[in-house]
Amino acid sequence: MTSAPTYNFAYLDEQTKRMIRRALLKAVAIPGYQVPFASREMPMPFGWGTGGVQVTASVLGKDDVLKVIDQGADDTTNAVSIRRFFEKTAGVETTTRTQDATVIQTRHRIPETKLSDGQILVYQVPIPEPLRFLEPREVETRRLHALEDYGLMHVKLYEDIACHGHIATTYAYPVKVDGRYVMDPSPTPKFDNPKMDNCAALQLFGAGREKRIYALPPYTRVVSLDFEDHPFEPTRFTDKCSICGAEDSYLDEVITDDHGGRMFVCSDTDYCERRLGEQTSEAAQ
Amino acid sequence: MLEKPQGMIRLEGVAKTFVMHLRGGARLPIVANVNFTVAAGTCVVLGGPSGIGKSSVLKMIYGNYRTDAGRILVSHRGEWRDVAAAPPRLVLEMRRETIGYVSQFLRTIPRVGALDIVTAAAHDGNVSEAEARGIASELLTRLNVPERLWSLPPATVSGGEQQRINIATGFAARRPVLLLDEPTASLDDANRAVVVELIAERKRRGVAILGIFHDAAVREQVADHIVDVTQFQPETAQHA
Amino acid sequence: MNGTGSIDERPLLVAESVSKYYGARVGCRDVSLDIHEGEVVAVVGESGSGKSTLLSVLSTQLPPTAGCVTYRMRDGVARDLFTLGEAERRFLLRTDWGFVHQDARLGLRMGVSAGGNVGERLMAVGWRNYAAIRSEAEQWLGRVEIDNDRIDDKPTAFSGGMRQRLQIAKNMVTRPRLVFMDEPTGGLDVSVQARLLDLIRSFVSTYGLAAIIVTHDLAVARLLSHRTIVMRHGSVIETGLTDQVLDDPREPYTQLLVSSILQG
Repeated sequence: MTSAPTYNFAYLDEQTKRMIRRALLKAVAIPGYQVPFASREMPMPFGWGTGGVQVTASVLGKDDVLKVIDQGADDTTNAVSIRRFFEKTAGVETTTRTQDATVIQTRHRIPETKLSDGQILVYQVPIPEPLRFLEPREVETRRLHALEDYGLMHVKLYEDIACHGHIATTYAYPVKVDGRYVMDPSPTPKFDNPKMDNCAALQLFGAGREKRIYALPPYTRVVSLDFEDHPFEPTRFTDKCSICGAEDSYLDEVITDDHGGRMFVCSDTDYCERRLGEQTSEAAQ
Repeated sequence: MLEKPQGMIRLEGVAKTFVMHLRGGARLPIVANVNFTVAAGTCVVLGGPSGIGKSSVLKMIYGNYRTDAGRILVSHRGEWRDVAAAPPRLVLEMRRETIGYVSQFLRTIPRVGALDIVTAAAHDGNVSEAEARGIASELLTRLNVPERLWSLPPATVSGGEQQRINIATGFAARRPVLLLDEPTASLDDANRAVVVELIAERKRRGVAILGIFHDAAVREQVADHIVDVTQFQPETAQHA
Repeated sequence: MNGTGSIDERPLLVAESVSKYYGARVGCRDVSLDIHEGEVVAVVGESGSGKSTLLSVLSTQLPPTAGCVTYRMRDGVARDLFTLGEAERRFLLRTDWGFVHQDARLGLRMGVSAGGNVGERLMAVGWRNYAAIRSEAEQWLGRVEIDNDRIDDKPTAFSGGMRQRLQIAKNMVTRPRLVFMDEPTGGLDVSVQARLLDLIRSFVSTYGLAAIIVTHDLAVARLLSHRTIVMRHGSVIETGLTDQVLDDPREPYTQLLVSSILQG
């Protein structure tokens, strides 16, 4: 009988982890700056979170507690497979509860629960370069960042206002980090942008296909770009969550039947469950 | 050093030869040892048959043609300046402030109307835009250019009208030196008389005028002195 | 213009013995020139004359093999352009200078609206009020005779002549003192050329612009420039007052060029 393959802790070999950690150190030292790294071939295709997985694999220790979410939910396919991947290759404890996790890997959302000192949030990033759509040349965008030449970023926002009457970018809304680098926060909704500012947790960003890593050390100043007369405003919902009644969380629209019936529920499943749990136990008292 | 300018234009030993490289370097001498002066408030006429070099002399004074020898002194900002040796920026300055020129051919600027061209010529540092427009209108009226043509670019009007717009442009600015190259050619009697009047007015204002007029009657009326350019033919000239 | 309002008589840009070789091949050789505020210099020559190379070196897009280029900055200090840091040079190219390309697609962002194109330089130097940026863009579009209702259209929808005028507006918005133009009328219809040339001419006189215009078209040189430099095989053949160079050409090559113009 063939034995099952054994993996090094968290799949990556130690040298690779060191390489990634070196890149992470550079990223943390220069908040918002994209550090190139030698992204590995992973047992999942590009576009499925390989960057996030490599970062998580490099920072995970055996005592860590890992949470994985995809669009705020712990139970979607993506989140489930990545969580299983780490259960298998690292054997670490996993959880769905935000406040119990030490490392949280996320695709396109920031948890509603406020993060604390000692937690690490790992983002999956498709396109790390915020200027890419206006300036396709890599050589040129690197130069623009180096020279802090960000007029083009405002051109994008100008175009939005000219076209839609307001800044229409609703996700991957560009931010200025520590007054220096302009960064793409990954396709999180702009609703989440304020959470990045002065956050107590360490935020790490990995783009596997594009081979870039960047970071926000705790308590870093993160400001969303805007115009004086069109200031940044996070999205506001008119509805509340149909399950827990939250008015301050990001809501997903769920179609309930074939007659156009729908309801709005918290995108962050853990947040919703917790609130519901608190309400239930309050009601029980 | 030269004494303070007496008169406005002074040519000393001026010579010019064209070298035509497209004809194997053939040399075509035009004039040699040209000497004459033009005093303020007078009109000197260059005489001589066609092709003798009269236009060339005017063009050398304007800086449009190069001068091969000698000096062309023009009183500019109270001092003698030699056009023949002047660097381009100085020539441009002298054209802006001191030397006016009415050529035989109007170089038209596309899309700019006649009135605007003449107004621009009149609008120097001492005159406001509104005054310049007034001067321009008056000149065009005196020269019988119909008002309906004032907004048209000169390239679209008849040859005679172009000529009169040309003259208006040359007379619009107040410059102490005026060079006129056949200004009355192809004009009728009435307009010729206007030009003669304009010249007389300028003379009274102290302008030094040097002109070429093929029409004998006009010459009679305007010339204070005639300089026959034939005497400056290269073969017959006295070489210094 | 310096602070007291009078025009500074010192030259704006001075090139001394500038040469550019591509290996053994000559781009341009030993070219010296200067240009003052409000002055327009035409560089004429046929293909291969080195005029475009010269323009690239003068605008610091190519480093010279020999010689130096100095520029009097807005603070009055003359600096050797090739000792400036890249950030400084880019800033110069975007504020005090303009560059009009023969192919408008090189000078515009084709995927960005006309207003965005014109506003880009303003945003690059820190303008952060949308209404102000848009208003300034509208004014400049008007000055180059592009209807304001085209402000949100992309240049892909513009004709060649409109794109060139948009390029000019994009450059003018930061009131540059010196504009480089590379065959600005190349490939345009005659009537369209006339309109563009008239616009350039009026901008030069209204804004006291200095310009270096590379062209093979002597009529453009005659209409726009005060001085003309004639180049051939990388060297300067003749230089002087434009009307003098064109009406009384001295050098054999210049005489050939001038006589080759088709008379209408």
